[in-house]
Amino acid sequence: MSAIRIEGLQKNYGGVRAVDGLNLSVEEGAIFGFLGPNGAGKTTTIRLLTGLAHPSGGQAWVAGASLGDSRKVAGRIGYLPEEPAFYTWMSPLEFLDHVGRLFGLSSAARKARAMELLEMAGLAQVRKRRIAGFSRGMRQRLGLAQALVNRPEVLLLDEPVSALDPAGRKEVLEMIGGLRGQCTVFMSTHILSDVERTCDTVGIINHGKLVVEAKQQELLARYTLPVFELECDPGQEAALRALVDALSGCSWVTKTSLEGNVARILVKNVTGDRPILLGAVVRSGLALRRFEIVTPSLEDVFLRLVEQDGKAVQP
Amino acid sequence: MNLLTSLRKELIEQWRTYRLLVLCLVLLVFGLSSPLLAKYTPELLKLIPGAEQFAGLVPKPTLLDAVAQYVKNIGQFGVLLALLMSMGSMVAEKERGTAALMLVKPLSRGVFLLAKFLALACSFLAALALAALAGYYYTLVLFGPMDVGAWLALNGLMWLEMLVFMALTLLFSTLLRSQAAAAGLGIGAILVLSLISSLPTFGDAMPDKLVGWGVSLFTQPAPAWPALWFSLGLILAALLAAWLAFRKQEL
Repeated sequence: MSAIRIEGLQKNYGGVRAVDGLNLSVEEGAIFGFLGPNGAGKTTTIRLLTGLAHPSGGQAWVAGASLGDSRKVAGRIGYLPEEPAFYTWMSPLEFLDHVGRLFGLSSAARKARAMELLEMAGLAQVRKRRIAGFSRGMRQRLGLAQALVNRPEVLLLDEPVSALDPAGRKEVLEMIGGLRGQCTVFMSTHILSDVERTCDTVGIINHGKLVVEAKQQELLARYTLPVFELECDPGQEAALRALVDALSGCSWVTKTSLEGNVARILVKNVTGDRPILLGAVVRSGLALRRFEIVTPSLEDVFLRLVEQDGKAVQP
Repeated sequence: MNLLTSLRKELIEQWRTYRLLVLCLVLLVFGLSSPLLAKYTPELLKLIPGAEQFAGLVPKPTLLDAVAQYVKNIGQFGVLLALLMSMGSMVAEKERGTAALMLVKPLSRGVFLLAKFLALACSFLAALALAALAGYYYTLVLFGPMDVGAWLALNGLMWLEMLVFMALTLLFSTLLRSQAAAAGLGIGAILVLSLISSLPTFGDAMPDKLVGWGVSLFTQPAPAWPALWFSLGLILAALLAAWLAFRKQEL
């Protein structure tokens, strides 16, 4: 069953179509990275899913509840905006207690849940301090804690770590990673390394439309090029050049390139041609330091897809 | 249930941010000083060089002068404070983003809005009660006993007038994107209602007539029922309009 199902979702602001017939499905229990360049429609999509914005068209269901049933949706989701705002005159303990009251938790349940979440967020020591004096990282961790008070089925995070320094980023990403198996996480971001580190499934949005949606490993495999990289010991450049020249004439090699002591060989069939290439290397007597299939990073795939999509939409 | 939770939060916020304290102190000071000012105005005139000859022209102050002074001070500053305390209540939460964080939880926009109005109403009721108590005590000491029922009714009617401007400013705070604009429209509403108040027929229904009714209770009661119904209607209409507008807003 899908934790989030979006069908033809649209949002127009005047003449601008921020979300343009978006179709998306997020599996239950997934940590879903919603990737896209700035202005792609990530935040608008999340605001539509939370009910803070109203769709111009289409339908969506979150944790089995239709967006029209805002009360049901509110009870089943947790939401963390990019820069969460709090009642700064409250302490974190009071804030979580207030949120617990809104969800109708009993006094004992509120107290226990608040302490549990403050421990998780590393804020137990400062639970009675006013939020006004909190750093950005502390606020973000408190933001995540308040989004979890009701043990949500779906957690919607809008750029949860964009505004944080590397240390704060690591802490929050570890917290998000720790939610695996507890709920479905839908996390928007434009920081690819965060997705690579935390998410198992990826959706890329551009110009308000979904460009691709797949498991991260499947996506990387799908866009892997049949390229081998060979690196030889220093002083072996001449032998490497001779090998590359010899390979250039082979029918199973599409393209070769050489840069210093590193050669790149583009082949037709990565699996079938690997033993042939290895045999050629052995026969050449080259002192090889490294031999590997080049795998693209998520960044390579992202840029490729977004660029392709950009070209496609250009008039 | 969530109305109580929201109301609780609003009241604690008013206490912690010292708004309730300031409101109580200001109204208390005017409650205390009004009978004093009424009583000692002739004495004060004698102390002003050149104004001694006018002191004799001022009639001996009475209990009604004390009531009039109280109505003038509390009425003016009460309405001004109602405007100041309501102008940012909605717009500030929308600007900061706290409204968005709260309204994705099981909290309806109507309850969110109503809690703000009720908290303001409660705060003004508490502050006015203090002012009324102080005013009553000093009037008793300086002028003798007065009709407690009339005094309570007068303060109740003044509270109702303040509620009208609170509800209107809350509406403007919901509709607009800046506190200054909400305050500006609030002042505009005061001016418009004051202008209409001087017109025949329509003027009888304006909220400021409530205070006149309250004062008349000490002499010849002159009920201003149209003003009462119109004020209640205006409060309800302003809250309803604010709710309808807020429901459609994107946060």
